[in-house]
Amino acid sequence: MTLTDERMERILANLLRTSVFLSAAVVAAGGACYLIQHGTEPVSYRHFQPTLYRSVSSVALGVGHGHCLAVIQLGLLLLIATPVARVAASVVAFGVERDRTYVTVSLIVLLILLCSLILMR
Amino acid sequence: MTILELTPLVFLISALAGFLGALTGLGGAVVVTPALTLLLGVDLRYAIGASLVSVIATSSGSAAAYLREGFSNMGVGMFLEIATTLGAVFGAFLSARTPTATLAVVFGIILAHAAWQSRREPRDQISTEADRLATRLKLDGSYPTAGGLERYHVRRVKLGFGLMFGAGTVSGLLGVGSGPLKVIAMDQAMRIPFKVSTTTSNFMIGVTAAASAGIYLRRGYIDPGLAMPVMLGVLAGSLLGARQLMGARTRVLRKVFGVVVAVMAFEMIFNGIRGTI
Repeated sequence: MTLTDERMERILANLLRTSVFLSAAVVAAGGACYLIQHGTEPVSYRHFQPTLYRSVSSVALGVGHGHCLAVIQLGLLLLIATPVARVAASVVAFGVERDRTYVTVSLIVLLILLCSLILMR
Repeated sequence: MTILELTPLVFLISALAGFLGALTGLGGAVVVTPALTLLLGVDLRYAIGASLVSVIATSSGSAAAYLREGFSNMGVGMFLEIATTLGAVFGAFLSARTPTATLAVVFGIILAHAAWQSRREPRDQISTEADRLATRLKLDGSYPTAGGLERYHVRRVKLGFGLMFGAGTVSGLLGVGSGPLKVIAMDQAMRIPFKVSTTTSNFMIGVTAAASAGIYLRRGYIDPGLAMPVMLGVLAGSLLGARQLMGARTRVLRKVFGVVVAVMAFEMIFNGIRGTI
């Protein structure tokens, strides 16, 4: 492993950590709001019923209306985006190193991730 | 139960699962799903969705600590992520078409295997021979040992790639990290040193999970009310557990936990066969 590799890995690792803690903070804030507003309502997860917030647009709409559950879901979306951002950052990092093989490899991974997030139903 | 009663309970169970999962190397998610379904009667789909999210959190949160030790092989990780992400998409696709009872049985089997796997004493079989494909993909690396940096060659790339697709499928099917399967593919098939395999696997888990997360989200498996205490609990527990791992003696705890996991695996299979899950 070369020195630049190590530096790159450290930068990526810090990016990951910051992003995870940021999303955890958003989830916790939404969670606190949810407990305060709805804490006394009954709840059960015994029977499956798809949640309301199933897309980026519905989450954005919910957050706009100040719905606590939508804020939680926003934090979870940030969390899901974290590994995707990491792969995107790797594409750039390998590009800076002019490592064509690994630019291709990480681009393929990025493409699969984006397809799964956008296209698949 | 009201939300104010259930949420702290779910948080505590998740924190405990995350703590023990990190301590034993099993991972918190693979433990939290059976705990939620067996103890609280949570529908398996909700549990799977919530645990998948916590997989991303623990993998990405702990990756930094592992990276600092200079163990993981980024090239191997990135290359194999092609296989795991494709597998994860396939697994998430299968998951919606599989009856919950069948999923429970498969889950029990994977859980039992993970527990068995964690008892194994790691033994490195470092290869001194180069592999053509591995050389072309620049997969070979070196890692720190007691006697300084040691080089290793990566072998059987195609077999490893195929096994990784399987590990990704399991991850997408059950919403787990499937770390033990990833480690087998790397250290048994590809002859990558155990320490490098485990740390690289940890790095890959988050990316693999992200590939099925979008599909889970769209299907409504990721319920914010439940995922919130699960994700925060598993994350807190696993960070604590990783810290404990450095110093404390954990042998007795690991043994006790092994028995608990075996019981949970049996319960999952049993309930799945009876159709009561």
